[in-house]
Amino acid sequence: MFRRSLLAVILLSVASMQLPAWAASAFELKPVKIDLPDSDKMFPDGPGSDAINNNCLACHSADMVLNQPALSKQAWATEVNKMINNYKAPIAPEDAGAIVDYLTALKGAK
Amino acid sequence: MAENRALHHMVTRRRLLGAAGVGALALSKPSWAQAIIDLPLPGGPDARQITTAFPQKGPMILQRTRPPLLETPFEVFDKGVFTPNDQFYVRWHWAMIPTDIDTDKFTLTVHGHVNQTLSLSLKDILHGLPSVQLAAVNQCSGNSRGFFEPRVSGGQWANGAMGNALWTGVRLKDVLDKAGVKPGAVQVRFKGLEEPVVADAPHFMKSLDIDHARDGEVMIAYAMNGEQFPLVNGFPLRLVVPGWYATYWVKMLNDIEVLNQPDTNYWTKVAYTIPDTPHASIKPGEANVKMIPINRMVPRSFVTNITPGQQVKTGAPTTLRGIAFGGDSGVARVDYSVDRGQSWREAPLGKDEGKYGFRQWQAQLTLSSPGKYSLLTRCTNSNGVAQPDTPNWNPAGFMRNVAESIDFVAT
Repeated sequence: MFRRSLLAVILLSVASMQLPAWAASAFELKPVKIDLPDSDKMFPDGPGSDAINNNCLACHSADMVLNQPALSKQAWATEVNKMINNYKAPIAPEDAGAIVDYLTALKGAK
Repeated sequence: MAENRALHHMVTRRRLLGAAGVGALALSKPSWAQAIIDLPLPGGPDARQITTAFPQKGPMILQRTRPPLLETPFEVFDKGVFTPNDQFYVRWHWAMIPTDIDTDKFTLTVHGHVNQTLSLSLKDILHGLPSVQLAAVNQCSGNSRGFFEPRVSGGQWANGAMGNALWTGVRLKDVLDKAGVKPGAVQVRFKGLEEPVVADAPHFMKSLDIDHARDGEVMIAYAMNGEQFPLVNGFPLRLVVPGWYATYWVKMLNDIEVLNQPDTNYWTKVAYTIPDTPHASIKPGEANVKMIPINRMVPRSFVTNITPGQQVKTGAPTTLRGIAFGGDSGVARVDYSVDRGQSWREAPLGKDEGKYGFRQWQAQLTLSSPGKYSLLTRCTNSNGVAQPDTPNWNPAGFMRNVAESIDFVAT
């Protein structure tokens, strides 16, 4: 019913092509409870895969990285440093190097 | 500290999963992994899953599971100028997103450089203030980033990180007036409920200048296309900033702070900045460029009923159809060319649903000779700004608006 009344308001406003101000709306919001899907995808095995799996997957799923284009080692280092410095990823310095090497091996620019 | 413990547990869980081996992981391939779509991104990778695993959402292109980045499949844009809520794209910065919103307990706080701090319930907002609505395009700053050459890091979107909806809500100005902005206010900062996993990482916040915030168009929306928001699109409240990139359209908005100093937070000052150059464009590698916060959108246009490589018949009319938007103003005209921009024809426009929204265009084309063609489209907005004929480039992959082309074959 609320949906219908809001729709009527919409139709009226579209018809008048204005940005109308209405009295308080009759619209109601219903509570929402959902579960978001997660991903257990890991990075492919290789030198440094433990470092990237252990350090990176708490904040984001692996698919984001695997969908990236080939990038230079310098670009990957910039990315990893951005995660550490700007987004406060708690990555040990020895792991940071291993992660950059892993990404360069997996997705380095030719 | 609690956050750090949670982080440790999560990492440990993942390490155990890793130890279980590749075979076990292959078996645990989620049941929602369905169709695959190929996005035509230069150099790839181009394969993406189509997912239906996200509650309140239909089929979406999966760019990232957590935090969600979901792209609208492009064929959706051929169905009309309003993008359905269940296929409206999704983009989050941080992984801690509340999934249980009690509409009786949710409050929006207005504080800072104001006469009185407000704590507004959803009832206060829905029933205590005048309701307004308008159509507007919400477009990610990095929409079409995957087409940048040389390629750049970030969400590897094709053209589907945009959508148009009819937004219903209350004017931000009315809310600010209710709190009473004190003299000397310079900006207004917006924060939502999402939180970083790492406790000391910067909470996502964006700011608008005080005059922009009070322009009467910026809206606190509680409905899109006549329905409450899907949770992942920002339920229950989302800032709507007509004509501006979506980074300002803060989702799950629950905190508004009036500032008497310019905002220096990371997301306003450092992230989402563009070169202060025409089309925000620089040469790859160019250094010492003045950067400014991304702001107004620029015009774009697309063909929606022809797919790359499609065959059309010569000697018979072919319908060409698409959408355009002016960015920070309306669509004045859409032109198309099938001779690589040597000559242009104006396409008739569909109904105007509001200057900030999508506008459909449609034309009939009869080709006399067979061969390979490229269909170029170009929108000129009502400020006289037209799409450029060469792509821009910047390291963040923002603000692509080159006149796009689609190759097709006449037989």
